[in-house]
Amino acid sequence: MTSFVPQDATSLLPNIEAKARQEVNEPHSAVVRFGADQPLRLDAGVALPHLQIAYQTYGEPNAARSNAILVCHALTGDQHAANPNPVTGKPGWWETLVGPGKPIDTERFFVISSNVLGGCMGTTGPASLNPATGRAYGLDMPVVTIRDMVNAQAMLLDHLGIEKLLCVAGGSMGGMQVLQWAASYPERVFSALPIATGARHSAQNIAFHEVGRQAVMADPDWRGGRYLAEGVTPHRGLAVARMAAHITYLSDQALHRKFGRRLQDRANPTFGFDADFQVESYLRHQGESFVQRFDANSYLYVTRAMDYFDLAEDYGGVLANAFAGSKTRFCLVSFTSDWLFPTEDSRAIVHALNASGASVSFAEIVSDKGHDAFLLEEPELFAITRGFLDSAARAFGLPPGREG
Amino acid sequence: MAVREQVLDESVVRSQGGRVDLVVVAEMVAPGSRVLDVGSGDGALLELLATTRQCDARGIELSREGVNAGVSRGLAVIQGDADVDLAHYPDDAFDYVILSQTLQATRRPRWVLEQMLRIGRRAVVSFPNFGHWRSRLDLLVNGRMPLTENMPVPWYDTPNIHFCTIRDFVELVEILDARMEKAVALDSSGHRVRVNMPWWVWNLLGEQAVFLLSRKNAGRPG
Repeated sequence: MTSFVPQDATSLLPNIEAKARQEVNEPHSAVVRFGADQPLRLDAGVALPHLQIAYQTYGEPNAARSNAILVCHALTGDQHAANPNPVTGKPGWWETLVGPGKPIDTERFFVISSNVLGGCMGTTGPASLNPATGRAYGLDMPVVTIRDMVNAQAMLLDHLGIEKLLCVAGGSMGGMQVLQWAASYPERVFSALPIATGARHSAQNIAFHEVGRQAVMADPDWRGGRYLAEGVTPHRGLAVARMAAHITYLSDQALHRKFGRRLQDRANPTFGFDADFQVESYLRHQGESFVQRFDANSYLYVTRAMDYFDLAEDYGGVLANAFAGSKTRFCLVSFTSDWLFPTEDSRAIVHALNASGASVSFAEIVSDKGHDAFLLEEPELFAITRGFLDSAARAFGLPPGREG
Repeated sequence: MAVREQVLDESVVRSQGGRVDLVVVAEMVAPGSRVLDVGSGDGALLELLATTRQCDARGIELSREGVNAGVSRGLAVIQGDADVDLAHYPDDAFDYVILSQTLQATRRPRWVLEQMLRIGRRAVVSFPNFGHWRSRLDLLVNGRMPLTENMPVPWYDTPNIHFCTIRDFVELVEILDARMEKAVALDSSGHRVRVNMPWWVWNLLGEQAVFLLSRKNAGRPG
């Protein structure tokens, strides 16, 4: 194994996988279940009669329930934004930004984070038990869209008694959800913070996703999507998918800074195909640890949802129409080295928002960390988030936060 | 102007070393207006407009530092280039579009002014007057590009690529067929040059000028 994996990690891996499997139907999260009387109508043209949504909340709602912030996770994220992940034990994916005294201050705001539709951490997805058959949905799960995810979140908010959100925030696919929220439910969104995202998935991004899906489906253990029933998992295919995708989350600079051409625990190349380079070893580790916690079919579904996302298309091809008359305050953030959702993608949204007359801020942050910068230590992102939320909270009539 | 009772006291601003031109600009904006500040810098004017004029004030700023500072203070600022991004705003999107000490740094001043008068019903433009007597004297006596408090950067480093004089600007306003509603010139100590003086006096004594413009017709400017 590589130096990136702790000595005992190999023995832990099956344990992590078992934990992940458990989360699918009985998660370590609050859960709301909607019966057949409250089906979720999907863009695919069918209804999902048994919807389960797993979610976490942080902080307390105020009396008027006007301090709620919904944070939306990215492709392989989950509802555990600001608590240790019950599967991996790692910190929540947005603990940099969400917590007591942090920019999304849980002492001031009521923060809601749910697993997306199609996910594998407790919200209905292809790995979930299909009540109609008593088996996992697998490919019987209808293909879902970003809008379906948002509509499911709206049902969760209804359940929680949140009429209007102070803010919806998220990066990457989370940012797509933010944009969809602002377009679908403008009256429920006072402010929106889409980070490192785009109003549509580019051809290049679809292409990368297709490589990942083909890797999964080419694995003989995928079994036409029925691997759970047959007691196997397409580990190798999903790991390759993750390796390819992971490259797109970083930047050339960041990879070079981290690894350069350094060799992994050896003085010379082996003249073989072992992981000679540190970067190879790192990617293998990324792939291997990912497959323990994430369901392969879920990866197909969620990547597909991103591919289908093209907000303008739903509004006659004019993005500005998606935000026509919007009273929502927007703040967009991009990162200079992000080539998956480059600054131009954010700027296109800004232009559309300008054209529709919406209130919008937009900052491009200098970072060499690539797309993943939105999950990392980026002081400017923190300052912008804090300033934007402070101002939104003030305008929404919330009492001022504590100093600092 | 019926805005004298506002807290925009120029003498106070002057004595505190503040920017009088911002106060003059803000005074030209009717309270409660929708305003776009092109080249909003660190957001000082946006804040002034929001706090003293209750405006819905938004900014475009080229420098990342300016944008991040503004957004961190809760202002609506976008990172962008006036020379490009103004094209994306619809007609009549704002009551006022402001260009404060930025005209001389644009690549296409005429185009920018046209866009401002298209996007906003009124435009407010402030700029350093290259026709000020000190600039003229510098050029005449030293034969060098002037360096003053308002123009402190040498020619090879300055972002100010399109300096003009008050007379030059007035001519451009005529070319654009815009209406000049108000004009204020500030001398080097930040005092207003008296209103009844002829243009050539303004052009000589005014170190900075602030103009309030509007379209002559309701349609798009030529």
